[in-house]
Amino acid sequence: MPFENLSIDTLANIYIGLLGLAVLLYAVLDGYDLGVGLLIPPREERFRDDMIASIGPYWDANETWLVLAVGLLLFAFPEAHSDILQTLYLPATFMLVGLILRGVSFDFRAKVAQVKKRKWDLTFKYGSLLTTLAQGYMLGIWVTGLRTDWAAQGFALLSALGVTAAYAFIGACWLILKSEGELQQKAFYWARRGLGILAGGIIAVSLANLFLHEEVRNLWLSAPWGYVLMAIPIACFALLGLCAVVLKRLPAAEGRGEWLPFGIALLVFVLCFGAFGVSYYPFVVPGELTIMDAVADANSLRFLLVGASIVVPCILAYTFMVYRIFAGKSEKLSYY
Amino acid sequence: MDVLMLSRLQFALNISFHILFPTITIALGWFLFYFKVRSNVSGHPVWMRIYRFWVRVFALTFALGVVSGVTMSFQFGTNWPGFMEKAGNVAGPLLGYEVLTAFFLEATFLGIMLFGSRRVPNWLHTLSSLIVAIGTTISAFWIISLNSWMHTPQGHEIIDGVIYAKDWSQIIFNPSFPYRLTHMLLASGLTASFLIAGLSAYRIVKGDDKIAPKIALKTATYTAAILIPLQIFAGDMHGLNTLEHQPQKVAAMEGLWETEREVPLLLFAIPDEENRTNHFEIGVPRLASLILTHSADGEIQGLNEFKGEHPPVKPVFFAFRVMVGMGMFMLLCAWLGSYYLWRNNALPGWLNKVFMAMSFSGWIATLAGWYVTEVGRQPYLVTGVLKTIDAVTGLPGGNVALSFTLYALLYGVLLVAYMGTLTLMCRKSIEIEEITSEERDQARAARYAAAKA
Repeated sequence: MPFENLSIDTLANIYIGLLGLAVLLYAVLDGYDLGVGLLIPPREERFRDDMIASIGPYWDANETWLVLAVGLLLFAFPEAHSDILQTLYLPATFMLVGLILRGVSFDFRAKVAQVKKRKWDLTFKYGSLLTTLAQGYMLGIWVTGLRTDWAAQGFALLSALGVTAAYAFIGACWLILKSEGELQQKAFYWARRGLGILAGGIIAVSLANLFLHEEVRNLWLSAPWGYVLMAIPIACFALLGLCAVVLKRLPAAEGRGEWLPFGIALLVFVLCFGAFGVSYYPFVVPGELTIMDAVADANSLRFLLVGASIVVPCILAYTFMVYRIFAGKSEKLSYY
Repeated sequence: MDVLMLSRLQFALNISFHILFPTITIALGWFLFYFKVRSNVSGHPVWMRIYRFWVRVFALTFALGVVSGVTMSFQFGTNWPGFMEKAGNVAGPLLGYEVLTAFFLEATFLGIMLFGSRRVPNWLHTLSSLIVAIGTTISAFWIISLNSWMHTPQGHEIIDGVIYAKDWSQIIFNPSFPYRLTHMLLASGLTASFLIAGLSAYRIVKGDDKIAPKIALKTATYTAAILIPLQIFAGDMHGLNTLEHQPQKVAAMEGLWETEREVPLLLFAIPDEENRTNHFEIGVPRLASLILTHSADGEIQGLNEFKGEHPPVKPVFFAFRVMVGMGMFMLLCAWLGSYYLWRNNALPGWLNKVFMAMSFSGWIATLAGWYVTEVGRQPYLVTGVLKTIDAVTGLPGGNVALSFTLYALLYGVLLVAYMGTLTLMCRKSIEIEEITSEERDQARAARYAAAKA
């Protein structure tokens, strides 16, 4: 079999890398479409069609990254999967219910009478909210090393709000990129408001993080990784500051620079994700379980790696192609 | 109720709900590709109208398949951790390949298929339809491969109670895989055919006299008429394969307690597991022997040979009869319908109504078939290797009860909404302006004139 010379250590690292890539892509991609869902205004109906049209061609594929992430965790680190998802069984169930509700309302709303359409729109909004809160809560509990005491619960609630704010922010940035006129004005307003909440969230989570694990605290306060890690929140704030300036200057003539807020949001996501990665590597459950302890059988890992090394670049290529095809302002959703 | 029963119920609920939608989309993808190609070749606008109507049905069905599929991917680990601990080295890569080679392909190109026809050249739109159809079929390939391996495992070794993969081609192409895949793909073809025929018949009954539903009805009815005998043949082959590898399942299907020769085919009976006998038997003498061994006095092993190791008899026995009964009824409808369509170009009113009623008949047959094969594998999760009871979660029963209730409520609502929305789409499409027979004749005349000139 190919990859015969890869040791189990290398395989574990490759798979945690793939898993990380899937989670990051999920957070960014489904992040913006969950964010657009969160922002659906409960009263003003005139924006809804355009908002939903902006994510129409993408959401199915975006959600697939979650399936890949869970699949990789399940297969490459089975023990971690069963620890994490059994501890987080109820929040995971709520997240799934949220995903189901928002996923189907997306399609139902386009095919039913006007009165029912409103109900599906709200289902879409609150399904998205349930999903993001549950995901943030799960992230929080995971960071604590699957603790369930009061401090951990408090941190998880904080994280639930933080993640929801981050999704709303990137969703607003996506709308700036894909919309025009009145809706774009609204999106600027949402982005500006989201920016402040997100900045607060990053401070709170970073500080709380320092008090959770002794090892993480030591890592953050030691050279040389400490400097890198400290640089991350500082870079985040620099970027968010830049974003605030950009948001004030936009909209510019001929739509120049409209992609900037989304680009910055993307970078902030990557940085925050990087901070988690550096802080907790090589743990797959922080402080409890390392990737080496949880990794599956090497032969099976090699077998899937053969396919993954061919298919993953193809997936990235055709995903890129679809984003090119649908580039520019979104059009009304019609199946033509 | 204990956590084992709750987990089994929840998993059965989830997978039953989930399979409804892929069963439609696998074949509907190919129907759509066919419509699109016909549109390209003939240039007649009616094919694009049919395509547009059914691509919307596809989108809705696909969305339900995606969201219920995401749920499934979580349940393997949450409710059956023992399965992944012991069989994960085999199950993991097969599921992984399904996600990588099928899910992304379908989901991404569906975007182009649905919303891209004004943004991409026509050939790319046609190609996207083809890719989506191929994607749904690849997905079936991997998941059926894993499922078949759970029925007829091979190509692995067991070290300290954990399964390790030894030969992947043996694992993927395990003995029951070709039969099960064929059986499932044909089931999907029939389910989609009857759905298309049923909803088209509904439009016709409601007074839609455009040609789109007539053409769709014809296409679907002819397809069903061809597929159903193939399906009966494939089912028979699958049954023989099961007899070879899982004789206890066949014994439960036939309701046969003692090993016998000249076994009758039971049309009806009530199996009584406590007294290990049947009540109210009605059977055709020797027919089961003839079907299963191709000889009227062939010997078939009875359930008593497998005491403690055979599945619960009643569900397997009855589900099998529902599946076969539904299959026979589909055969009758498809052939009768084809006869009328071929001779009169239309169905008589009563048969239109029968087709309407049969819109979701594929679901019933498919679910019944899956219950036969899955319940028929019990008490094992992986035949002879891993028992279901050894794979179940240690979660508190209350948590599973809560999630089970949530899913049951949600799925009930969604099923009603799905069927209601399909009906509504049919009624809306009746009102929408569409091409009439006169227009078609004009278009045809114009093409003839062009060809002559």
